[in-house]
Amino acid sequence: MYDLAVIGGGPAGLAAAYSAYEKGLRNIVILERDKELGGILNQCIHNGFGLHRFKEELSGPEYAHRYIEMVQDTSVEVKLDTMVIEITPDKKIFINSPKGYECIEAKSIVLSMGCRERTRGAISIPGTRPSGVFTAGAAQRYLNMEGLMAGKRVVILGSGDIGLIMARRMTLEGAKVLACVEVMPYSGGLTRNIVQCLNDFDIPLYLSHTVTDIRGDKRLEGLTVMKVDENRRPIPGTEMEFECDTLLLSVGLIPENELTRGAGIEMDPRTNGAYVFENMETSIEGVFACGNVVHVHDLVDFVSDESARAGAAAADYVQNGAVKGDVIRLQNGADVGYTVPQKIHRDTAAEKIDIFFRVRSVFGKSQVIVSSGDTEIQVFKRPYMAPGEMQHIVIAADKLKGFDTITVTAKEA
Amino acid sequence: MYDVAIIGCGVIGSSIAYRLSGFDLKTVVLEKENDVAMGATRANSAIVHAGYDPAEGTLMAKLNVRSVDLTKELCEKLSVPYAQIGSLVLAFSDEESAHVQRLYDRGVANGVPGLKILSYSEAKAIEPNIADNVTSALYAPTAAVINPWEYALALAETAVVNGVELRLESPVDAIVKTDAGYAVTAGGETIEAKYVINAAGTEAGLIHDMVLPHTFDILPNKGEYYLLDKSEGTRAKHVVFQCPSKVGKGVLVSPTVHGNLIVGPNAVDCAAGDTSTSADDLAFVRKMAAKSIPSVDFRQNIRNFAGVRPNSTIDDFIIEAHDGFFDVAGIKSPGLASAAGIAEYVENLMRENGVALEKKADAVDTREQIRFKEMSHEERAELVKKDPTFGRVICRCETITEGEIVDAIRRPIVPRTVDAIKRRCCAGMGRCQGGFCGPRVVEILARELGCSRQDIDKDKTGSYIVRERED
Repeated sequence: MYDLAVIGGGPAGLAAAYSAYEKGLRNIVILERDKELGGILNQCIHNGFGLHRFKEELSGPEYAHRYIEMVQDTSVEVKLDTMVIEITPDKKIFINSPKGYECIEAKSIVLSMGCRERTRGAISIPGTRPSGVFTAGAAQRYLNMEGLMAGKRVVILGSGDIGLIMARRMTLEGAKVLACVEVMPYSGGLTRNIVQCLNDFDIPLYLSHTVTDIRGDKRLEGLTVMKVDENRRPIPGTEMEFECDTLLLSVGLIPENELTRGAGIEMDPRTNGAYVFENMETSIEGVFACGNVVHVHDLVDFVSDESARAGAAAADYVQNGAVKGDVIRLQNGADVGYTVPQKIHRDTAAEKIDIFFRVRSVFGKSQVIVSSGDTEIQVFKRPYMAPGEMQHIVIAADKLKGFDTITVTAKEA
Repeated sequence: MYDVAIIGCGVIGSSIAYRLSGFDLKTVVLEKENDVAMGATRANSAIVHAGYDPAEGTLMAKLNVRSVDLTKELCEKLSVPYAQIGSLVLAFSDEESAHVQRLYDRGVANGVPGLKILSYSEAKAIEPNIADNVTSALYAPTAAVINPWEYALALAETAVVNGVELRLESPVDAIVKTDAGYAVTAGGETIEAKYVINAAGTEAGLIHDMVLPHTFDILPNKGEYYLLDKSEGTRAKHVVFQCPSKVGKGVLVSPTVHGNLIVGPNAVDCAAGDTSTSADDLAFVRKMAAKSIPSVDFRQNIRNFAGVRPNSTIDDFIIEAHDGFFDVAGIKSPGLASAAGIAEYVENLMRENGVALEKKADAVDTREQIRFKEMSHEERAELVKKDPTFGRVICRCETITEGEIVDAIRRPIVPRTVDAIKRRCCAGMGRCQGGFCGPRVVEILARELGCSRQDIDKDKTGSYIVRERED
């Protein structure tokens, strides 16, 4: 019987395992389906990681390596090439690896399976179905892990960060990136990536545009891009034709929660992740979740922080038992898409509570208001907010003591 | 000299090849694509219809009803996913209720067992998500869902095990009558066969015209679909049809045999091989489906696709013998559902035309398929102990192991493309649509086939996936 089983050895799992070890747990196992630790960071060879966490600029593999080294110096056991097939509500874990198919048990579990990319099907792009349509992450894997090019004349749909990073990467590898096309009137990625990955390479960004047709019987031959109206419907007469052999999709990420659902854990339809408390506990006592499996983050640094909280909470659960007591529920106010956490242990939460959320539209000078009923609890000022950038506020637990529900609202100042 | 040349290896060609492989015949199957089941067989509603729809007295009616049991039996023998879930035809007005009554009467006349007309509340009790304005419904308990391409593959594979020769990438260019039979030129080679069977789907008209006077046209007609994630798989419990109306034959909503939800098709005339989808057509499909089951969540879509029906100018299947040349043409809906009966019918037609059919002593008629996901914990442990490649999950969405992929590659009909792997063992069929497993499948294919990853196509020949990086 393990004290803690961590599902997934990417940045979330590594930080959770290390944190639980630091808090005194010794019998910890990381279950990783790939042949090495590090998760998706291994294919993110660009820089920009670690500015918050390590106060220096690292590449993805370097960032992962820091944590891998930290974990290697502990008693944490790592099972690679091992896929979790099923988790039961009583914390039995069925694992499959070339070494065998078996059931292991753990007193606590951290879910850190990450997320997957949305596909062509998820956005129903019409047309033919040739090869040459990739998710940006798949093209990134081919290029950075396997040394193979997805194509030479490229259009990118979606301005999420992976798509922007791949626009630069493919250009540096000699491909011609013709355009980055975004259906929303604003970019879905970080501003720094728009500047460094598109503007610096003169790659045009078409906001409020989308791909409306795909052509080619075998390999992709071309596609049509059209401007869309405020309801995201294509406007006739705005067709632009691109001859290209590759379409990369960067149209969003979805937390990978098949195991979570299978275990019967309560899910939040807004995040597509589990409902979590401020200590990242799910609806099953002793099962915690962190990182992109809970909600999709922009920066790995925040994944590490969140996961350290989950690991520490798992250690606390094993050492001191379940956290009981009253619960404060968080609600989305106007223009807030979701919050994490969705629930707070009123009596036992740490002194300061981190609340993450995303806004639904672009804001200039604005306010984030935490309130309960008619009572305004705290107001935070922000110079700018956009859906592509995760928002973060820290509120003192003291201020929430008297309330059952609190609401987070965004509004223009 | 072959005894029989079958042109086309969709579900019809495969069914006939399987059937004939039990006899002492030298048979070749000529398929123009790089795999079997590449036409209508791989893109359809995947339904074994009960048989109330075709007009009384037609071959379609007779062979559809005959095939219900035959198909079930074949799927059991060949380890093909099959689920007899029953179907409903919903009526939304008194006029449509009258149509449902007509379908019932026709079904009874066609010999369909177990048909029942249900009231709204009876239908709602067994299919809870149907719209409130349903007036009545026809229930057909014998309708089933099936994996159509695995069905064709299993049939073709077993035929190959029994000695049938399958030539892929062999489009037929010419057929010439000879003294002994026919000389068929396909893929640059000419073979001779005593008998030719035309099962060429949307190309069957062209093949017919190479040998015989023009008597029918194939009218390719496209149907477009949504395939939804398994999270929507229980939205419908039966195959839910609508009454045919002025705006089309009606869109169905059904669970698939894999546990997804399929929604479609529309019906538009098209060029042969045009499997593109369009935004307007897909919007139509969504609108029509919402009429039956308003709560279908299209945000859970994982794939759109289209298939082409080989409709024809004849209002029935065209199955005829002309001097050793057998047309099996215009096999439109319910073609998949009738395939087993069509093969049986063709066998009899061959006998009637003097073809000697002697049972072959050592013929096999069964096939095994390993499905890790469907095994118990104990069976999985046993399997991985025996062969550790089953301990590595390659497709995470569908839980498909490396062992299953390698097994597929070592089968009698060798898959050479990523989609061919998908058709054989479902890798890449799930919600991430091969995003994760695609590169790994390419790697395994290249390793097992002894070629480079750049040589691996996604689907049709020429649909390359990756290229060398340039220095």
